[in-house]
Amino acid sequence: MAIETLVSGPTASERMAYRAAQELRDGDVVFVGIGLPNLACNLARETHAPGLFMIYESGAVGAMPERLPVSIGDPSLVTNSLSVVGQADIFQCLLQRGLIEVGFLGGAQVDRWGNINTTVIGDYANPKVRLPGSGGACEIAVHARRLLIVMRMSRRTFVESCDFITSPGHRVNGKRREELGMPGGGPTRIITDLGVLDFDATGEAVLAEVYPGVTPEQVKQACGWPLRVAETVRKAEEPDASVLCLLREKLDPKRLYL
Amino acid sequence: MNKLCSMKEAIAASVKHGSSLVIDGFTHLICFAAGHEIIRQGLRDLTAIRLTPDLVYDQLIEAGAVRKLVFSWAGNPGVGSLHALRRRSEASSPERLELEEYSHFGLLSRLLAGSAGLPFWPLSNYQGGDIARVNPSIKTVRCPYTGQELATVPALHPDVAIVHCQRADKEGNAQAWGLLGSQKEAAFAARKVIVVAEEIVSTEVIRADPNRTLVPGIIVSHVVHEPWGCHPSFVQGFHDRDNDFYVKWEDISRQPETYRAWLEEFVHGVKDRQGYLKRLESGLLDKLRAKARVCEGVDYGY
Repeated sequence: MAIETLVSGPTASERMAYRAAQELRDGDVVFVGIGLPNLACNLARETHAPGLFMIYESGAVGAMPERLPVSIGDPSLVTNSLSVVGQADIFQCLLQRGLIEVGFLGGAQVDRWGNINTTVIGDYANPKVRLPGSGGACEIAVHARRLLIVMRMSRRTFVESCDFITSPGHRVNGKRREELGMPGGGPTRIITDLGVLDFDATGEAVLAEVYPGVTPEQVKQACGWPLRVAETVRKAEEPDASVLCLLREKLDPKRLYL
Repeated sequence: MNKLCSMKEAIAASVKHGSSLVIDGFTHLICFAAGHEIIRQGLRDLTAIRLTPDLVYDQLIEAGAVRKLVFSWAGNPGVGSLHALRRRSEASSPERLELEEYSHFGLLSRLLAGSAGLPFWPLSNYQGGDIARVNPSIKTVRCPYTGQELATVPALHPDVAIVHCQRADKEGNAQAWGLLGSQKEAAFAARKVIVVAEEIVSTEVIRADPNRTLVPGIIVSHVVHEPWGCHPSFVQGFHDRDNDFYVKWEDISRQPETYRAWLEEFVHGVKDRQGYLKRLESGLLDKLRAKARVCEGVDYGY
């Protein structure tokens, strides 16, 4: 039986993991988060970027986990790593020193400048929902040379203005990140379940790609600010049957994140 | 000097009402046994400090032991929320917990300053965003060499640091491997250090592999032998994380009634860690026990 007949089309998570993996180059030093970013990194390593260098904020450097980590501090990250260091070294010697090429973040809210909120919904002193907080996200946003934001799109999450800016993007309160003195390059793309947003020269997110079957109008409907659309909207590349098999059978067989 | 004692003795001698306290570990080496003993001893008004307060800190909050939380990421790692924390920090809460919030790098820098004997620590961070806006302890300084503006955070000196490790001798020379979190910084920053170990070994074992020693006995006041003291967290080389528990915890902790019932059964209802372990489902510990993966070792000869 041909493999195609066995495989159903990609789910939203599979699209996002695949599209995120396309952003990674062989040899990139990546600060990996748990969930889809981890899966995207594993996929890139299995396909076009075998030399991807994965660093986890828990201390694993050059990690090669045999199982998908269930948390950022999974013991499988340690086994077979090139180096395991304390967190002071992770944040000082690797991140602040400028050695991280790619960072991944997601969150509860994102705005058009790529500012991300993972702290509270509502007023900080009197929140409607208390979220986990920054963790290492703020410093990753400040220091990574390229930042990829991976988030499902809805009016609730893609907002006119974040309730709290945990991790700064291209522009905070009207000030550009260069003016503010942030060393990293800021967000390069927002990878969503509907398409991909790029950032223009002013630092504003612009719809640049849609998945097959999705129209720019649908994406605009799912966005909480008046989303600008690029002159030419590309078709986002989707995983083929062999990639889907790889994701489903080898990389996340227990469907932890897919 | 032999500093070995029971968890009960170590906590009673070190933690007072109103103490500031760090039970360190980054998903790994988190000493639940210490947190449970603190609850049993009825300690109150604690300032609980850790980058990643997780289940055991949430249990301390639910049990009424905590007045203030100093943290940078609070959640059930890989699973969900801390429900006692949320109940005490969201708009509807009648009795609000005091929160002092950083990012990981910021809180770690407070411990670094404390561990290095400096009044503050500079870091390149918080140039944009709201964390520094809501936390007045985060300030800035101008570098006298480059003119660059840097964020600063003040030194932190917890009254007590509790450090779990794989093995220690009776003097508290503690060796750990795997993810190290900020155990070393927390220990050196603190006024008092309790070392908790899976194994107590002779000083010869420590001296045979000195690079492995994370915390030297000279800063340690108490040593507790508490195998499985980290369950449901994990200890590299000893046991895996009990992930099923973390998943189940989401349901147990969502309602105050089931949460309190759990605390009654597994914390108040037992005398010590041995009692807790006996209440776990049979066969669980064997299931979690680590498969061996021994490294070759190094030659310290000269």
